[in-house]
Amino acid sequence: MPVVKSNPMNSPQLGGAVSKIQMVLLALMPALSIMTYQFGFGTAINILIAVTTATVSESIILALRKRPIKVHLNDLSSVLTAVLLGLALPPLAPWWLVVIASLSSIVIAKQLYGNTGVGLFNPAMVGYAVVLLSFPLEMSVWVIPVSVLVEGINHPNIFESFSIVFGMSNSVDGITGATPLDAFKQSSGLLVDQIYQTKTVFSSATLAGVGWEVVNMAFLFGGIFLLQARIFSWHAPLAMMTTISILAMLFWDGGSSVSAGSPLMHLLSGGTMMGAFFIITDPSTSVKTNNAKLVYGALIGLFIFVIRAWGDYPDAVAFGVLLGNCAAPLIDFLSKNTTKISMETSDAE
Amino acid sequence: MQDILVILISSILINNLVLTEFFGLSSLFGSPQKIEPVIGLSLATILLITLATIANFAVDRLILQPFDLEYLRTLAFVVTIGAVIPAAKKIGRVTSPVIDNSLTLFMPLIFSNTAVLGISLIIINKNISFIESMFAGISIGIGFSLILIMFTLLRERAALADVPRPFQGAAIGLVTAGLMSLGFMGLIGI
Repeated sequence: MPVVKSNPMNSPQLGGAVSKIQMVLLALMPALSIMTYQFGFGTAINILIAVTTATVSESIILALRKRPIKVHLNDLSSVLTAVLLGLALPPLAPWWLVVIASLSSIVIAKQLYGNTGVGLFNPAMVGYAVVLLSFPLEMSVWVIPVSVLVEGINHPNIFESFSIVFGMSNSVDGITGATPLDAFKQSSGLLVDQIYQTKTVFSSATLAGVGWEVVNMAFLFGGIFLLQARIFSWHAPLAMMTTISILAMLFWDGGSSVSAGSPLMHLLSGGTMMGAFFIITDPSTSVKTNNAKLVYGALIGLFIFVIRAWGDYPDAVAFGVLLGNCAAPLIDFLSKNTTKISMETSDAE
Repeated sequence: MQDILVILISSILINNLVLTEFFGLSSLFGSPQKIEPVIGLSLATILLITLATIANFAVDRLILQPFDLEYLRTLAFVVTIGAVIPAAKKIGRVTSPVIDNSLTLFMPLIFSNTAVLGISLIIINKNISFIESMFAGISIGIGFSLILIMFTLLRERAALADVPRPFQGAAIGLVTAGLMSLGFMGLIGI
């Protein structure tokens, strides 16, 4: 039974002309451009493949279920998922990796649960986790940011990028390397200062890896723009970032070899900013009340830090978000019931 | 004390038997889909698992090992768990009507929960002390209950969704459990 909604997704700011999802996509533009600048055309190709796969698979499933295709495609929700996925996956990843990630996110995590409105797990993170667990080797190959590239080596131009992605050439040697979080995870014998000095990704002695910092700042700006436009509330992102910072500070032991990294490093590297502003604020997988959002963000921050510091995976935003999605109904349930209990006890007094 | 804490946290969260080693799945999927009975069910399960672990530990140490009857282990444990049920019911009657009701209503579900038998067999293989095995039992119970409660609440959310007809009911439950374990895979290695 097709449901015609009266568009509850309109942004209050712009008089309802632009929907919330369009605002979010707009806010992703700075981050998208900076990532393409830093990492080459691989990012753009990823996004292209992901968006195509997402749109095609969504159309097929909607047609199978005899739902109106245009309405659902036009609300751009699958495009948003695909763009986030394309930004999260490594640039110059094989095309089939992006296709598999996009299919699992749209088909399994979105369409099986009835397309829009009531999702259980964030689709982009499901897609990312599926390919991370299935293809760990391909997922560990990241492109070196342009700021760190050795003289004379350039990122492949658009044609070369296409041929790398589609498996026709293999010339990725000079341009791929470890991410900052990877470097931390793998160098267990080095002091933090030594990591900063020896690993090339940390050259120019910056906080969280050249190139990566700028990317995360771009996500931060996008997030602040959306906050200011009242697309989502500040509770969940702030709780998540505060928790990560506090835990990183608590476990900071002056830079020894077993340390997990400074708070700023954690905030500005990997997928932290993207996760904080674009993933956990997805309304259908999150909790309802603002207090619950604080708990939700804090829980996700806790999981992200624990997995980054002591788990097997260098960047844990996907797993942290999935675990938070599992716990979100529980947080809702507990917050509903504690208000009920406190209201009952105050009535009885 | 530190060992106990490690056992508790690792069994509840990290090496959660339900999601990593597929224990307790029949009870997970057969459980009622509303949250109120599930809370009673999980409390009753914790009680039964703890008692069963203690009883099985005793049976193994006092009867099976001295007489070299290890091959009878599985059978003996099943019988012991069945024998523990009246004891659990008595305790339930004394402590809380919720547990008592749940034990009566959901007895097949709790008794045949493979986690109950599974944890007993696992702790025998690990050769740990009595106190540690008791805590292993409690933590498995808590771990199972946590997963069960989260799963039920997720299912309640999924019931509101526009799930395709072939997938309604059990199938979407399986997919949900699979996605839950996807998340928990991130915790391995801690």
